[in-house]
Amino acid sequence: MPEPVIKTNKLTKIFGDFVAVDEITFEVQPGEIFGFLGANGAGKTTAMRMLCGLSYPTSGSATVGGYDVYRENEMIKKHIGYMSQKFSLYEDLTIFENIRFYGGIYGLTNKQIKIKSEELISFLELEQEAKKLVKGLPIGWKQKLSFAVAIIHQPKIVFLDEPTGGVDPVARRQFWDLIYDASSRGITIFVTTHYMDEAEYCDRVSVMVDGSIKALDSPSNLKREYEAMSMDDVFYKLARGAKRGP
Amino acid sequence: MRTIKFLIQKEFLQIFRNKGLLPLLFVAPLIQLLVLPLAADYEVKNISISVVDHDHSVYSRSLISTISASGYFKNGGYSSSYKKSISQMEKDKADIILEIPVDFEKNLIREGGEKLFVAVNAINGVKAGLGGAYLARIINQFNEEIRMKWISPSRFNPGPVIEIVSSTWFNPYMNYKYFMVPGILAVLVTMISSYVCALNIVKEKEIGTIEQINVTPIKKIHFILGKLIPFLIIGLVVFSIGLFAVGRFVYGISPLGSIALLYAFLFIYLIALLGFGLLISTYSDTQQQAMSIAFFFMMLFMLMSGLFTPIESMPQWARIIAQSNPVTYFIQVLRMIILKGSNFNDIKIHFLVITIFAIGLNGWAVFNYKKTN
Amino acid sequence: MKQFLAFIKKEFYHVFRDRKTLLMLFGLPVVQIVLFGFALSNEIKNTRIVVMDYAKDEASQKIIDRLEASSYFDIQENLLSASNLEASFKEGKVKLAIVIPADFNNDLLHFNKAQIQIIADASDPNTANTLTTYASAIIMSYQTEMNGLRHAPYQITTEVRMLYNPELKGAPNFVPGVMALVLMLIGVMMTAVSIVREKENGTMEILLVSPFRPFLVILSKAIPYLIISIINVAIILSLSVFLLDLPINGSVALLFGESILLIITALSMGLLISTSTDSQQTAMLLSMMGMMLPTLLFTGFMFPIENMPMPLQIISNIVPAKWYYIIVKSIMIKGLGISMIWKETLILAGMTVILVAISIRKFKIRLA
Repeated sequence: MPEPVIKTNKLTKIFGDFVAVDEITFEVQPGEIFGFLGANGAGKTTAMRMLCGLSYPTSGSATVGGYDVYRENEMIKKHIGYMSQKFSLYEDLTIFENIRFYGGIYGLTNKQIKIKSEELISFLELEQEAKKLVKGLPIGWKQKLSFAVAIIHQPKIVFLDEPTGGVDPVARRQFWDLIYDASSRGITIFVTTHYMDEAEYCDRVSVMVDGSIKALDSPSNLKREYEAMSMDDVFYKLARGAKRGP
Repeated sequence: MRTIKFLIQKEFLQIFRNKGLLPLLFVAPLIQLLVLPLAADYEVKNISISVVDHDHSVYSRSLISTISASGYFKNGGYSSSYKKSISQMEKDKADIILEIPVDFEKNLIREGGEKLFVAVNAINGVKAGLGGAYLARIINQFNEEIRMKWISPSRFNPGPVIEIVSSTWFNPYMNYKYFMVPGILAVLVTMISSYVCALNIVKEKEIGTIEQINVTPIKKIHFILGKLIPFLIIGLVVFSIGLFAVGRFVYGISPLGSIALLYAFLFIYLIALLGFGLLISTYSDTQQQAMSIAFFFMMLFMLMSGLFTPIESMPQWARIIAQSNPVTYFIQVLRMIILKGSNFNDIKIHFLVITIFAIGLNGWAVFNYKKTN
Repeated sequence: MKQFLAFIKKEFYHVFRDRKTLLMLFGLPVVQIVLFGFALSNEIKNTRIVVMDYAKDEASQKIIDRLEASSYFDIQENLLSASNLEASFKEGKVKLAIVIPADFNNDLLHFNKAQIQIIADASDPNTANTLTTYASAIIMSYQTEMNGLRHAPYQITTEVRMLYNPELKGAPNFVPGVMALVLMLIGVMMTAVSIVREKENGTMEILLVSPFRPFLVILSKAIPYLIISIINVAIILSLSVFLLDLPINGSVALLFGESILLIITALSMGLLISTSTDSQQTAMLLSMMGMMLPTLLFTGFMFPIENMPMPLQIISNIVPAKWYYIIVKSIMIKGLGISMIWKETLILAGMTVILVAISIRKFKIRLA
């Protein structure tokens, strides 16, 4: 069995007296589409930020792509892509300029940038919009762009934090086609979502409640275990006891 | 290094696309440089004087015309009583009241002396002091004239006289604008570059774009340099326009000293100041916060830089603040090189201090910028 | 009404949770008062000068002693060559040189006439002027002493009274200025930026689609700054009374009333700026260039307005802070009542009304 790309052991993050992430332990295998589920405030984003090297854990250990999150977080950053919940590319640049900028930041050569940006733009079907400022684009396109930037350097893993929030079902479906495509090219996908139909698309999912992982398995196994018709039911059964969240 | 190129390219794209910001960066400072030196004139002139003449004699009229002829005072009107003049002063229509008593002429000639009353609006201490002194000088001159008329010159036994010859170097016509233009230019360049730089990073924090940067393997120093260089260039451009377009053509000021030396100092100074802006940004979470902090320090820097009031006049504790203020050194160097033609040897201490500032502030900013928290 | 209070409460949370900003907002007036009160002055003290004494005789020594005894000067070295002098000026080491030629005493005794040269570094013309005047006065006093006190007939004596500020302190001039400056800063800059911030972050839309009237949304943003400004007026006034010994001669209530008038003017300017831009950076630079500098210049507390060229003097009339400054000076220092300043108050109130009207109108147009 190959080495897991993400491996955590009792990973914990505490803000003051608030335990945001409470001793989570799990592994993600190469090439997997790993769904990271949980209600609002369950601690998904915090856990993800630790794995991306944006935030130091309070205790526990984790490696991403074989690198330690405490000591080698800058190495981790070379091998991952990240798409945050809130759109965080430059609204006052065009699609092409955003791609070129991040290509440059990731150290791609000019030639690579040229090839990559053409490839990504056609892959995302954004040819018409490439020269437009991001500001005026609909949210679905912005999300596609964010995804493009997250995989521009061909990372081992890409972290997607609620990548499809606020778009219609058709756009969501299209976005998942992109995810499958990236996955087929060997990129491991680590994705959080609120939509339980999306959870069905994942190879394995974990469900976080109040900072800890309550369940982790493939969607079909989970449904069997919790005697549920759908992932929706599984989630409801697990999360209804949550103390946090609305 | 290639990373920095992309950062700079991106920064300039954003700046030149911001149509609201551009005129504020490049046009507003020039307008200020045109207006401020005209307005910032400390010289006390046009003091308005209100005269209460109870005597209406030849002498009293001659005194009044001597005063108006002096050029320091402008006539604030005559009034029939001191009380009326006071109400003029309350309305800020008069700065000085001169009251000439009844029988001024008679008493002066017959009794050998007489008193004049002068009341000065002293709310503005400097103006009051100087205005009072000018008036006293004119009255003395008038007094001398009267004496010369009444005492025959032969009886006047001359004592030894010291003749004082004064000369003014570097600015023979005592043009106040020569002094103010370099100082104001310094402040404008300082404000523009450090503010915009401080707000720029915080803006990325506030709207979240920095998150995407922090998740890349970019080096802290590259990121900081990528922010610093664009604003360094803007600072250099604003300064050059100010010095050559406005300073040279509007005020006729051309640097006496070496332009290369001037720019060498400006270069290091801008790095120091931008480092300060970066430092503020690393301590702030919102633009409002960064702005408040920056404003607080800019105010302090500006007041304590010797721009308006001389540093020598400050008490010891304040002089220490002035000497730990980078703006002080910049204003001094600008005035020295531009007006006096000072050379490198004259300002080597300034160079040393500003280099320490540049290294210290930028080092601190890089240290304090956290990609991971 | 209850809703409105809830909104104001939310805004207060925003403002008061940001400790750094708050510290700066309250620290600014304190620091300004302390600096203006104790650090900044145009007074000449301990200025470094050189005396080039080629005479080295009794008379020259007496003059040097007198110069040394005055608090204005600090004599550095006693002899320099002319080329060294220029170097010293260029290094900024000295500001004035007094040259006493050889045979000074001799000339004075035998020819009844001798020359002294004063050379000033006029790159700072004001200081040069003042230093020259002081040095001349000291030299002349030596001459008078030498001639002995001679009775002079036909003597006009002048009795000078310094009104309002007999000790010629700077405070009466700058305290009202600092008040105007701080109120403008908080009112214009803070309001503009805090509204534009909501726009930049996209939260403004949410507020505006709430069932709450948009005008009240804006009003609730302005109220915390109104209160902070009033507190600042109180801080500045108490500092000036207790720290600078500058009493308030007129009515305190009137002073606060007029201050509120200026604060409202400032707040509506802030609103006006916020309607014209979507970026905090631009809003800030606009308030700085558009408000701060004119306030600094045209109130007349740093530079006398009557010295400015005519067009600038005319422009100064449309700066609300100028009228406020006149009003505060009248109340605080001269102790005048409303009967003496009703005209200025009316002008300021008129400006307030116009600005409030324009900014509300522009705000509504933006919404439509």
